[in-house]
Amino acid sequence: MKPTNLNDPEYFHKVVDCQYACPAHTPVPEYIRLIADEKYTEAYMVNWESNVFPGILGRTCDRPCEPACRRGRVEEKPVAICRLKRVAADNKGDVKKHMPQGPFKPNGKKVALIGGGPASLTVARDLAPLGYEIHLFDEWHKGGGMMRTQIPAFRLPEEVLDEEVNYVLDLGIHTYFNHFVHSMKDEILSKDYDAVFVGTGAPSGRKLNLPGFEEAGDNIHIGIEFLASVAFEHKKSIGKKVIVLGGGNTAMDCCRTSRRIGGEDVKVIVRSPFKDMKASPWEIEDAQMEDIPIMNNMPPKEFVVKNGKLKGVIFGKVYADYSSGRRKLIPTGEPDVFIEADDVIIAIGQDNAFPWIERDLGIEFGKWDIPVLHEKTFQSTLPKVFFGGDAAFGPENVITAAAHGHQAAVSMHLFCEGDNLVTDRPDPMTNLYRQKMGIHEWMYDSPVVEDVRYKVGHEDKKKTLRDRKVEVELGFTALEGFKEAQRCLNCDVMTVFDDKLCIECDACMDVCPTDCITFIKNDEEDVLRLNLRVPALNTTQDLYVSETLPTTRVMIKDEDVCLHCGLCAERCPTAAWDMQKYMYSVTKTYEMEGCCSK
Amino acid sequence: MTYIKPTFRHPGLKKNKVGYVRADYEGAISTLCAGCGHDSISGAIVQACFEMSVEPHRLAKLSGIGCSSKTPTYFLSNSHGFNSVHGRMPSVTTGANMANRDLIYLGVSGDGDTASIGMGQFVHAVRRNLNMAYIVMNNGCYGLTKGQDSATTDFGSISKSSGLNDSFQAIDLVGMALELGATFVGRSFSGDKDQLVPMIKAAMSHPGFAFIDCISPCVTFNNNKGSTKSYQFVRDHQEATSTIDFVPHEEEITVDYEAGTSTSVALHDGSKIHLDKLSPNWDPTDRYSAVMRLQEAKLTGDILTGLLYIDPKSRGLHDLMKTSKRPLNSLQEEDLCPGSAALEGINAGFR
Repeated sequence: MKPTNLNDPEYFHKVVDCQYACPAHTPVPEYIRLIADEKYTEAYMVNWESNVFPGILGRTCDRPCEPACRRGRVEEKPVAICRLKRVAADNKGDVKKHMPQGPFKPNGKKVALIGGGPASLTVARDLAPLGYEIHLFDEWHKGGGMMRTQIPAFRLPEEVLDEEVNYVLDLGIHTYFNHFVHSMKDEILSKDYDAVFVGTGAPSGRKLNLPGFEEAGDNIHIGIEFLASVAFEHKKSIGKKVIVLGGGNTAMDCCRTSRRIGGEDVKVIVRSPFKDMKASPWEIEDAQMEDIPIMNNMPPKEFVVKNGKLKGVIFGKVYADYSSGRRKLIPTGEPDVFIEADDVIIAIGQDNAFPWIERDLGIEFGKWDIPVLHEKTFQSTLPKVFFGGDAAFGPENVITAAAHGHQAAVSMHLFCEGDNLVTDRPDPMTNLYRQKMGIHEWMYDSPVVEDVRYKVGHEDKKKTLRDRKVEVELGFTALEGFKEAQRCLNCDVMTVFDDKLCIECDACMDVCPTDCITFIKNDEEDVLRLNLRVPALNTTQDLYVSETLPTTRVMIKDEDVCLHCGLCAERCPTAAWDMQKYMYSVTKTYEMEGCCSK
Repeated sequence: MTYIKPTFRHPGLKKNKVGYVRADYEGAISTLCAGCGHDSISGAIVQACFEMSVEPHRLAKLSGIGCSSKTPTYFLSNSHGFNSVHGRMPSVTTGANMANRDLIYLGVSGDGDTASIGMGQFVHAVRRNLNMAYIVMNNGCYGLTKGQDSATTDFGSISKSSGLNDSFQAIDLVGMALELGATFVGRSFSGDKDQLVPMIKAAMSHPGFAFIDCISPCVTFNNNKGSTKSYQFVRDHQEATSTIDFVPHEEEITVDYEAGTSTSVALHDGSKIHLDKLSPNWDPTDRYSAVMRLQEAKLTGDILTGLLYIDPKSRGLHDLMKTSKRPLNSLQEEDLCPGSAALEGINAGFR
C-alpha cells in the first residue's frame, strides 16, 4: 500500500465518523466537548454555523451521525449526539450577539428564494451578510416550511421553531408570506433577480387509489396535508378509530397526532415486514409507547364505505420473500382482514411538484419530474436558477436541506461574482493542532468512560396525549448532558504518526487497548487487512499506512475501533505519535476569500 | 491525565483453545518509561501465553527487584505471582517448583538482578536444571537507580549516566549459561517479536532450565549514540543464527522447511521447534558449536541472537531428583505418614 496522504483533507475527515456522516459536516466532537465544558452558547454557535437550526435538529434530526458513531462499534450504543445538540440549545445564553449583525452593506445583488423551509433559510443566512437583497416567498403565514407544517408541536415546540427561523429572517430578509408563487416566469424571472433559489420541498403527498377511495371522501386524509392542517388548527379532531397506512416518520407523526386530537384506537398498518419500516427506530418506539400498535405484512385492498360513510379497510396478508435479491410480498393465502376505522390517514410518501414552473424557461426536468441539476453546485440548466432541499433530488431531511443550502449559497455567490462554480469553489477549511499540555495531559478528556447511553426523560403521557403542544421529550438535564458528552470518543483528535521519529520499540502496539496498530511488511491492502494484529475486516474504515521504516516494515493503523485514548502517544518515547485535533469546516459564503465580512 | 487504560477491546479478538482472548493475558498498564524495551517483552510474553493457550491460573510469574522485575505486574494479571527479594527469584522459584511441579514457571529478572546480586542464585538454578523459563531483560544499566553501568555493560559502550565504560569487561550471560551446562540458551531482542515470541513459547515448553537473555534498550539512560544496547545499535549488529518457529504438539506442521538448512528439535511433550539456519558451522544441539559461534560473533562485533543451544534430552530437576510425580503440595497425611506397618517395612529393609 502507498503511504497515507495526510494532505488529503478527506482522510482525517473520514475518521470523524459522525461529522463525515452528517450531510452538513457539523463538527460534532467539538461541540460535544463544549457541552461538557458547560459552554452551551459556544456549542450552539458551532452548530448554528454549520446547520443553522440546532434547537430544531436537536429534536427532530434524522441523525445520520448516530449509526456512524464509532462508539457503536466498540459497545452497544452510539453517543446520543442529537439529544446533546438540544442540551446546547436548551441551555445557551445570548447567542444573537455572536451572529452576524446587520444591517449589511448592500452589494447591489438581488436574489429570490422560493419556499421558506430549511434550505431557503440556509441560503438566506449565508448570503445576507454579504449584502445580498433577499426576497423570500412562502405560501404560509410564517417561515419554516415543512418544519412547521409536517413536524408536530409535541416533537418541536413552536417557540423553538420561531426562534431559529427568526434568527435568519432578522438578518434583513424581505419576506413575502401568504404568497404562493404561481408562475416562475411572470413572478420571478421577469423581475431583476440576479439568482433564484427553489426550495419548495416535496409538497405532494402520495395517494392510494384503491376501491372506495373516492366514496370515502373526507375521512381519508393525506399524511402531510393532515399534519399541516392540524398544525394550523384547521383540523382539530378526528374519529375514535384511526388507521394510518405507511411506515415512515410521517406515519409516526400522523398516528401520534391522531392520539392527541380524539383518536382512541389508532393503528399503524404497514404492508411489508416491521423491520423494513423506514421510520427512525426512536420514532417507532415513541409511537408504541403511546399505545399505538403497528401491524405488519398487511397491504390494504379496499376502503369499505357504507351509506356514504367510511367503515374500515380490508387488508390482505403477505409475507416477504428476499430470495431473489429484491423483496417480494407474497400472499400467505390467509383470508383478508377487515379493520374498522372512522378515519384513514395515508402516509406512504411524498413527491416534488413544480406545476408553477413553466416548462419553456430552459429549466429541464428529468425522471419523476425532478429538476436536472449539477450534483455539487445545485445549478439547474437555467444558469441563474438553483435548487436545494427536498426540491432538488427528492425527499430527504432537514439536515440535508441545510447542507444543500450552504452549497447552493456558495454557488449563487460565485455565480453573481462571475466566477466558475466548480473550479473556483472553495475547499473545506482544515486545521491540525497539537493537544499535548504535559506528561499524561492533553487538551481533551482522553480517558474513555464506560457509561452506557443515557436515556432521556419523557413528559407524563397523560399530559402529552391531552394537549398536542406539550413536548414529549424533556431533553437531558445539564448533568445528564455532561455524562453523555463524556461518552464521546473525541474522534477528531487524530493519532498522527511521524515515521522519521519512530524507533520501532513497539510501545504503541503493545499498549493500544483495541489492537489498532501493527508493524508489518508492506503488501497489498487485502493481504494486509488479514494479517494485522486483529484482522481489519471493516473495509469502510481506512488503514493509516506510514512510509517504510528502517526495519523495512511499515506502521499500519486500522482506524476502525481506535478509541482516540492517546495511549499510543503517551507511550511513545520519541513523540512519533502525537494527538492533534483536526478541524474540518465546510466553507460558507461569508468565509470565502475576498469576502466583505471577513 | 490519561494513565488509564480503557477496558474496551477490539470486538474481533480471537479466542484461543482455552477460550481466552489476548486481552485476558494482559496486566496493569506499565509505569515504566515510555518506549522501554521491557514493555515490549511483556507484550511478547502476553502474546506467547495467548498463543500457547496457557490457562492463566496454571502459570506462576516470579521476579526479583529492578525495572525488569516490575514487569510481572504488566502481564498475566490472572496468574500467580511472587515479587521476591533482590536476586533471589531463582531460589523462590525453586521452592515453588518443588512444592508444585504442575505449574509453568516464568522467571523475570534483569542484568543487575541476575549478573550482580543474584549471580549466586542464578548459577545454581542453571546447574540444577530447574524447570522454568528464565528471562533476563538486559538493558546494560541500572535503570531504576538512574542508569549506572551494570555488570553486562559492554566494554567500550557509552551510557548517559556513566559515560564511556573503559574499565570493566561485561559478563556474557549466554556464554556463562552455556558453560554452566544450561539445557536451553537463547538470546533475543525486545524489538524483534517475530523471534522473541516463539522463543518464549519454546522456553516455556522446555523441560528444564530455559534461559533467554533478551536485550532490552533502556530508552531513558542507555539508548544513546555509542551504547551497545540501543535500538539502533542492536538493529545494526543483530545476527540471527536462525529463524525460529514453535509448533505445539497438537498442531500440524504447515510450513515447508528447506532440507539441509533447517533443524527440527522435538520436545518431550511432542512439540517441535523448527530452526531455519542462517548461520553456517552451527548446530543448535551441539554445545561446542554454540560456544564457538558465540566467540566468533564476539570477534566480529555482532550480537548473536536466536535459540543458540538446546539439549533435546534435557531432564528437569524433579526428574533428576526422582521426586513424586504428584505435586508435593497435593500429598495428604496418609501419603506422607503411611502408618506403622509401612515404617516396619522400611525398617525391615535395613536389617
